[in-house]
Amino acid sequence: MAAILPYEYKYLRAKKKFPHVWCPGCGIGIVMGSIIRAVDSLGWNKNDVMLVSGIGCTSRMPVYLDFNTLHTMHGRALAFATGVKLANPELRVIAVMGDGDALAIGGNHIIHAARRNIDITSIIVNNFNYGMTGGQHSPTTPVNAITSTSPHGMIEPDFDTCALLSAAGASFVARATVYHVVEMDGLIRQALEKKGFSVVEALSPCPTNFGRANRLGDAVKMMEGLRDNSVTAVKASGMTPEELAGKIVRGVLSEREAPEYTELYRGLCARVQGARAEVAP
Amino acid sequence: MIPWGETRLVQGNEAIALGALASEVRFFGGYPITPSTEVAEILARKLPEVDGVFIQMEDEIASISSVMGASLAGARAMTATSGPGFSLMQEGLGYGCLAEIPFVLVNVMRAGPSTGLPTQVSQGDVMQARWGTHGDHPVIALCPSSVRECFDMTIRAFNLSEEFRTPVLLLSDEVIGHMRERVTFPRREDVRILDRPIPQTPKEWYEHYHPTPSNVSPMASYGSGYRFHVTGLTHDRQGFPTRRIDEVVEKMARLKNKIVRRLDELIEVKTHNVEKSRVVIFAYGSVYRSALAAQVMLEKKHKKVGVFRPVTLWPFPDREVKELLDEKDVIIVPELNQGQLIHEVERLTSDCVRILPVQRVDGYAITPEQIVQAALEVM
Repeated sequence: MAAILPYEYKYLRAKKKFPHVWCPGCGIGIVMGSIIRAVDSLGWNKNDVMLVSGIGCTSRMPVYLDFNTLHTMHGRALAFATGVKLANPELRVIAVMGDGDALAIGGNHIIHAARRNIDITSIIVNNFNYGMTGGQHSPTTPVNAITSTSPHGMIEPDFDTCALLSAAGASFVARATVYHVVEMDGLIRQALEKKGFSVVEALSPCPTNFGRANRLGDAVKMMEGLRDNSVTAVKASGMTPEELAGKIVRGVLSEREAPEYTELYRGLCARVQGARAEVAP
Repeated sequence: MIPWGETRLVQGNEAIALGALASEVRFFGGYPITPSTEVAEILARKLPEVDGVFIQMEDEIASISSVMGASLAGARAMTATSGPGFSLMQEGLGYGCLAEIPFVLVNVMRAGPSTGLPTQVSQGDVMQARWGTHGDHPVIALCPSSVRECFDMTIRAFNLSEEFRTPVLLLSDEVIGHMRERVTFPRREDVRILDRPIPQTPKEWYEHYHPTPSNVSPMASYGSGYRFHVTGLTHDRQGFPTRRIDEVVEKMARLKNKIVRRLDELIEVKTHNVEKSRVVIFAYGSVYRSALAAQVMLEKKHKKVGVFRPVTLWPFPDREVKELLDEKDVIIVPELNQGQLIHEVERLTSDCVRILPVQRVDGYAITPEQIVQAALEVM
């Protein structure tokens, strides 16, 4: 378990905005701690960090952090972030979203941000349901799970977030859980360092809604579930599909080198201006 | 890049793109849609020449969102759309009004509802421009009637958006957008480009929504060293969410007052022989051109009519309509819709004034003859 270090307060709007809105046992605060430690370990200046979010429990995060912060419309974090990044490429842009925000209402934006490979780090806190509105099903709700809008059991298949975004063109895709905090710190740091579109899916318990509806026990029990049902990518590579069934695979799941969008755009500007300079008398 | 002081044959949408470049636009996020696409196409070609950003986003919601992100990071930003795209942008427009983000939204109106008649003209979005977003807030909307005005009014839209820290709508229509006219451009030195007010306060004291006498707060950009929070939740002076009644009331009052207390700077109307005529044609956008032609045709028949044109559609020129039109016998209101601004005219004039609609929703322009015919019936 990562210790709470005094430097974390340097990054919090501690006197202004606390207590926070998250329920007891929620994992979003743990993800926030990981983001702070990752940014601190990189020595980034707070003035250079831009935190953008959409709507939902996870998207309340920016208000608590003393960076440049932007809490946008439901699903639109990456569309706003794209504008911010292109207008000021020096900013280190992080988007934090929940599963519904990123993959349902924001699904179009996230696949296109990944395709463009724009230098934004997306952190998707996946708690398998819409928490803020009281536990409705999301694109990551597992089959048969009970939610307030799938009271008879979920019949739709769920997205594999990491496979989806890897296929869409992201440069770096990793999965973490809020139980494996030190590992998550490292994965978020790697994602922040990676040039291009990077993604960390952070699995997190929602004991208030998803846990209660599916009789998964209290927060501690749900955390133990993340511990017992997950394996590292390294270990998974040596396991058979039968052994892997129902397991969560953690760690870096895909990584590639590809041209980054804002650099490509600056290259295009130089090319256009060069061509004009040649024709000019 | 801008043919300052020169005379050219220019298309309406092209004049909007040139007006944007004259205003030093540095970000365009858009999505192709008829009949506004030329604005995007021209800026896609030109913006890289000045290190500006052109990006074709995945839809109109993404377009307006990217524009607001860019504006908050300090860029002069815009988008252009039509019909269904304008509907998709409504939530973003409301966000921009509440969060007080300067940008220009061009809507080249086409015939609806739904996909409607994509290549044909309408004035169906006038009320949507005013009331299309959820919630309640004033907006600024300008309406050009010529190609030269497309250029001038784009510059004015940028100036107002930066000066008032709010989105500004430019409500063009398909006829104006695709029309070509001879335009003599102004000289560079005759055009004024205004910037948003910049904070002078120390960074630790900065409030993104600091109250001022004008109700417009100085605005820092992301990455400037001023760290601040922006949200679509109702917020306090610092930008943090609040439900405290005094703070909510202050915010909502400021949003309203920054517009309604400066109407003299915002409202523009054009009048032709209104004082001397008993019958007045109230017209805007492309229909205003038909109204002027109808006035000449009626003159030849020795019938005197005036023409009143709101150039600023929103906020609506209440005082001007009341002062100039309330004593008239007849007001003819030709519109390319089933009656939108006619209700504003009715609201502001007494029951003794006869209000005569001339409406068309078949995708074609209202002709001068149609207006003349309507006038002759009452004169």
